[in-house]
Amino acid sequence: MTDPDLIIVGSGPAGMAAASVAARSGARVLILDEQPRPGGQIYRNIGENRDRLGWLGKGYAAGTELVDDLDHPNIHCEFGATVWRSDPGPTVCWSQNGHSQVTSAPYLLLATGAQERPVPFPGWTLPGVMPAGAAQILMKTSTLLPRDAILAGSGPLLYLVAAQMIDAGTPPKALVETQTRSMAIRSARHLPRAAFALPLLLKGLGLLHKIRKHRIPRFTGATAFRAETGNGGTIQFSFDASGKAHHHECGLLLTHQGVVPSTHMTRAAGIAHEWKATQECFHPTSDLWGRTDQPGLHVAGDGAGIAGAEVAAIAGRLAARDILHQLRLISAGTRDQTSASDRGALWRALAIRPFLDTAYAPTEAFQSLTDETIVCRCEEITAGELRAAVAEGATGPRHIKTATRAGMGPCQGRMCDLTVRGILSANKTTEPPAQPRARNPIKPIPLGELAALASEPETKP
Amino acid sequence: MKVVSRFYRLSDAGTRTVTLTVDGTPITAQERDSLAAALLAHSAKASRRTTRLDTPRTAYCMMGVCFDCLVEVDGHANVQACMTQVREGMVVRLQSGLPEMRGRND
Repeated sequence: MTDPDLIIVGSGPAGMAAASVAARSGARVLILDEQPRPGGQIYRNIGENRDRLGWLGKGYAAGTELVDDLDHPNIHCEFGATVWRSDPGPTVCWSQNGHSQVTSAPYLLLATGAQERPVPFPGWTLPGVMPAGAAQILMKTSTLLPRDAILAGSGPLLYLVAAQMIDAGTPPKALVETQTRSMAIRSARHLPRAAFALPLLLKGLGLLHKIRKHRIPRFTGATAFRAETGNGGTIQFSFDASGKAHHHECGLLLTHQGVVPSTHMTRAAGIAHEWKATQECFHPTSDLWGRTDQPGLHVAGDGAGIAGAEVAAIAGRLAARDILHQLRLISAGTRDQTSASDRGALWRALAIRPFLDTAYAPTEAFQSLTDETIVCRCEEITAGELRAAVAEGATGPRHIKTATRAGMGPCQGRMCDLTVRGILSANKTTEPPAQPRARNPIKPIPLGELAALASEPETKP
Repeated sequence: MKVVSRFYRLSDAGTRTVTLTVDGTPITAQERDSLAAALLAHSAKASRRTTRLDTPRTAYCMMGVCFDCLVEVDGHANVQACMTQVREGMVVRLQSGLPEMRGRND
């Protein structure tokens, strides 16, 4: 494609919906996605699976239409394409098959999605401990099902994965929830509003019903997670619940504490971010159309703030219409009129968030880490080492990096940044964590690839 | 209890397989597997030992975020196995600690 009007980073629900709307009103769209196929994580591999693997559920199958809509002459997709830098212009540097190139367009939509919130506890780095979402990716891409697995943590995804495992014939051995009774009670006051998102609420109840019907042992209010390697490579999982210590042996321990926006790209692009206290994470600041404070840069989907796949697709369409308007392909009136029903749907879909955010908030158990717990997986830095650095005067993530190397490994802080900030702010109760930054390149690339890029003129895909 | 793999493979008729080698041992994978999925389906053991404390790791996030799945692929070190699709004849070496520095005389 020569000279795209719009570059979209990410082909999850937000990116796909945005591309479809933009292309059908005449914009030339280039999609860059680092995975091999469209769908994002929620609809991962849906184009290949389609109605196969029915046990993944109707919510997953809903992504088929979005993937099919990418088949349009105005849409060009590049997969296995990792964007590692964005500059004003907007201009992006991206790598594919060991070769990097630079592409510019008048508009850039960052639909970079979410990652699972890191769940540190003693033993979370052992083989056999994984996030529940990672196991779900293996189900979707390789029909690999967890064997002798325990699901542990909090959040709707935990119930969904449990239901999918039941329907696939490999139910989990137990469901260990960190949700406490008081969290459940506190969330109840948000239920009247959540009723506007009734289909979502009913879906959740359906999942819980399935888990009960199959008599999956459930524990609630669980704390003090610990995993150790047992004989033959098993995981010995221990936790406290209802005033008792519990020990379970399993092949796989799948943990989850919700998802947080993937913000490395939006940070590196210089977009202002804000701290969302109810979800305990940063998200880029944007208006109702996904516009940011950086010229030509829009955001949409979970990368702009966690709200789920349905909201992501709506937000993608809204951003696309605003970009179409700025490209002078549609009028402001058309943009507003065609977005009216999406605005209503957005309001209804968002109505469930206060309930979900309160009911499945990250629990304190993961904020009061024992000193031995590894926080930075790459550099293997423990909570105790971080606290020692704070005691010696470290007041921000930069100090922590200099003093301990936490956040300086290949993941560039993706797995420890939120925990490091939690430890830094443990003694302060007032201000939210400092504005997050990320430096280009936001994904590691080989020096040779960088050198090859420097000797080339600007290329077009 | 001895854990061979931590996953069951759902039988999937019609999916083609490819053969790759891991530290010289041939293993089969399904053609749409990521390398990380192929390694997890094959073994419950570590696919890497860390650079600082020499502790065992396997693929963790499966979506390119955590870099715990790093392996050597066809001579290139520190490749994210979860972001790499398997290919027939792929030569994989598991990394233990820091990769060796190999000098070049050209």
